[in-house]
Order: sequence, then structure tokens, then C-alpha cells
Amino acid sequence: MSRVRVLVGTRKGAFVMESDGKREKWEITGPHFAGWELYHIKGSPVDPNRLYASQSSGWFGQLMQRSDDGGKTWQPVGNKFVYDGVPGTHQWYDGTPHPWEFKRVWHVEPSLTDPDTVYAGIEDAAIFRSTDAGQSWQELPGLRGHGSGPKWQPGAGGMCLHTIILDRSNPQRMYIAISAAGAFRTDDGGATWKPINKGLHSQYIPDPNAEVGHCVHHVAMHPSRPGVLFMQKHWDVMRSDDAGDSWHEVSGNLPTDFGFVIDVHAHEPETVYVVPIKSDSEHFPLDGKLRVYRSRTGGNDWQELSKGLPESDCYVNVLRDAMSVDSLDKCGVYFGTTGGQVFASADAGDNWTAIARHLPAVLSVEVQTLP
Amino acid sequence: MIRVVLPAHLRNLSKTGGEVTVEVSGAVTQRSVLDALEAQYPMLGGTLRDHATQQRRPFVRFFACGEDLSHESPDAPLPPEVASGKEPFLVIGAIAGGAGLQTCA
Repeated sequence: MSRVRVLVGTRKGAFVMESDGKREKWEITGPHFAGWELYHIKGSPVDPNRLYASQSSGWFGQLMQRSDDGGKTWQPVGNKFVYDGVPGTHQWYDGTPHPWEFKRVWHVEPSLTDPDTVYAGIEDAAIFRSTDAGQSWQELPGLRGHGSGPKWQPGAGGMCLHTIILDRSNPQRMYIAISAAGAFRTDDGGATWKPINKGLHSQYIPDPNAEVGHCVHHVAMHPSRPGVLFMQKHWDVMRSDDAGDSWHEVSGNLPTDFGFVIDVHAHEPETVYVVPIKSDSEHFPLDGKLRVYRSRTGGNDWQELSKGLPESDCYVNVLRDAMSVDSLDKCGVYFGTTGGQVFASADAGDNWTAIARHLPAVLSVEVQTLP
Repeated sequence: MIRVVLPAHLRNLSKTGGEVTVEVSGAVTQRSVLDALEAQYPMLGGTLRDHATQQRRPFVRFFACGEDLSHESPDAPLPPEVASGKEPFLVIGAIAGGAGLQTCA
């Protein structure tokens, strides 16, 4: 019978949760790296025992960890992220030029075909790649070299490259997203990149057709539909049917279209999940009721999912990398909150159960479906 | 032989006990001690000094013989008591720091 492994990164360590395919009883191990911030942990699709983790602290900087046994043991690997060439400047909060400075790794994305190849999205925004299982890291400089780099500016959480999407049908194509620059695509394996933000409209940006400057919170894609992208922007849930060349809004009947996470059902490419958050000044659910919203129509028509979720007095946030799905039948959906809860649904969102309630604030949730 | 005391997180990372010892040939300075420490425990690379700039991390402090040496030149000689092994070189995580959540207001 298949098993499921949930990799949870928190502000104070990592937790690994495993269950059989029923997804009723969970064994939780951790904290791994107790006391450190684990921004993201993700497993290799070709070797599920190979995991990569981003470990950092305000005191001791960035570490990278690798596990070759599914998270039972870990070893530190390379943590040297040096920008290619002269780093140059981006725009600071006050509009002045500010030198690019490495701060941390927000996201790790293992290759779809090689367990020793992994990408890292970092702050200040850049993409790095390792082809030796994390021992050394090299920047793909074409992204920052696109030409718009000097105009990129940080969001409130820093200028982070937080989303990396690989395309199984086209190894040369990747998508990334940066807060607050926008989304970008490469069609030549990372050598060159183009901004893909046409159709995004962001309040306070004077130019409605601005090439960059959008606060994209997260982007999701179904592997079988690589040209279809779903985006949770700062405000607005967006969809693209042409690999990001143009976007249109699909917020529809959502009670608020601010939020961070977005994900797609494992078997239904038109079924999308978001967690609406009240506003950019109040980062918690509307009326203290935690709700997931599901669209089975690729957006616009959204259904509230609440069975098993807190009905009142819930003032947590769900951060951008803190939702994931398994590929069992029925599809499991998982998300973590800044209140330390991890919720799971074994029936595509109809019913929810807390599989952990009192963890440190959850930064990321990834799921592996194991044979 | 130089004695170095690491903060708890870095003792865990390097799988060491309360105190480690390193050998330094030549002048005993912050730089030479940290170089020797990182050579002996490569996983500590980047945790005390920024990889690119080699600057001390803002919330890492260096003490010895009751003195805060954090703002001394990395090439200044450390006290003779440290060089002789009588007193340890203390690496301290300052009572400050931390990082914000992923957010975007």
C-alpha cells in the first residue's frame, strides 16, 4: 500500500510526518535542526529518499542539508551562494539602488530527472543550481541579467525568489516568481529569461502594463497541463493558458482574493485550491474562520471547504509554500499555518483533520507519495 | 593549541562537545583561529563569517578574557592567554537577531 510523507518546515525546526495510504494515523518525527528556521524541504521525484532542506538563522546564516534516507539522518552540504560576476544593484524600498546581497534560500526544487541536481531560489532574488547533490552552487545569471534587475524591489518579506516550477514535458522550460518583481520564464534551460506579467494589475503601480514590480505570492501548475498556470498574487487569483504570456483574473466569488498559497489537485488539472486571507494589513482569515476554497472549474467559481477547520477565533496565516497535495486516489491536500497547525484532507478537501496542532509557525509543507 | 567554545547551535551542527581545540601556525588572530576552525569543521563555513565578504555576522560576537573582541581587527593578535591555551576563545550568539516570517504586506 502506498505511503505518504509530509515534510514540514517551521520557524524552529523541521518535522517529518508519515502515514499509510489511509492517511488517518500519523507518525511525527522532529524537530530536526531544532531552533533553526526551515524555510523549505523537498524530496527528489526520482529518489524519494533524497531530500534537500534550507536551514537558516538570523545568527548563523544559511545552511543546506541533504538526507539520503527520507529524513532520518541529514548531512550539511554546500552553503556558498555567491552571485555570478559583479552583483550590481536592485531598487531599495526608498527607490535608491541597493547592492544585491545574499540572505537566505527560500525554496529548493529538485530536478525531475536527476537526484543530484537541485535548484535554489534565494533572497536577494536569484536562482542557483547544484549538479553535485548540493555540494556546490552556481547561479543561473541570465535571470538577474535580464535587464530589468535594477528595477526589482523587495516586498515586505524581502526580495525573495520563492517559486520554481519545472516542466516535465519540456526540460528547457522553467518558471520562477519573485516578490516583488513578478513571474519569469526560461525556454532555454535557464540561460535567458523573460518576464511574464502581462495582464497583472497591481494597485499603486503607476503603469498598468509594467513589465516588473508585481508582488506574486505563489504560482502552481499541473504536470499534465504545463501551459496552464495559476497564480495567487498579492491581491487577485490569476490564470494563464499560454505559459504566462498573458494572465486573466479568476478570483470570481472568493470572499477576499488576497492570500499566499495556491495549488492544483493531483488528478484534476482544473481543480484549484486557495486559502483566502483578509487583507494585506490583516494577515488572517476573514471573521476568524479558517477556510480553504476549491474551484473545480479552473477558477471563478469557488466553493468554501470548512469541515474540520476552525470555525471561530482563528487568526493564523498560511504562507506561500505551505500547501501541497499527494497523488493518491482520492487526492490528499495539506497545509500548515503560522499557528503551528498542519491540516490534512484525504478526500480532496471535503473533510479536514489536524495532524499536528502545536508546532512552531509553519513556513512550508511538501508531500511525497511513496510506493 | 587554541581552545574555542562554540554556541549550542554550532556545537550541534559540528557534532562537538562544549569546547574544541584547533592548531594555529603563526600569529594567533581572529582570522587565523576562524580559518583553522573552518578547516577542521567545514560545516561551520559561512556560519560565523559571511562567505562572500568574510565579515563577522552581525549577531555573532567574539569574547576572551572577559573582553568583547568583536570589533577588533580580524588580524589583531588575540590575548596571550588565548594563544597559550590558558583561556578559551568564546563564540557567542548575541541576544538579538531572528528573522521575519515570509510575508508581503
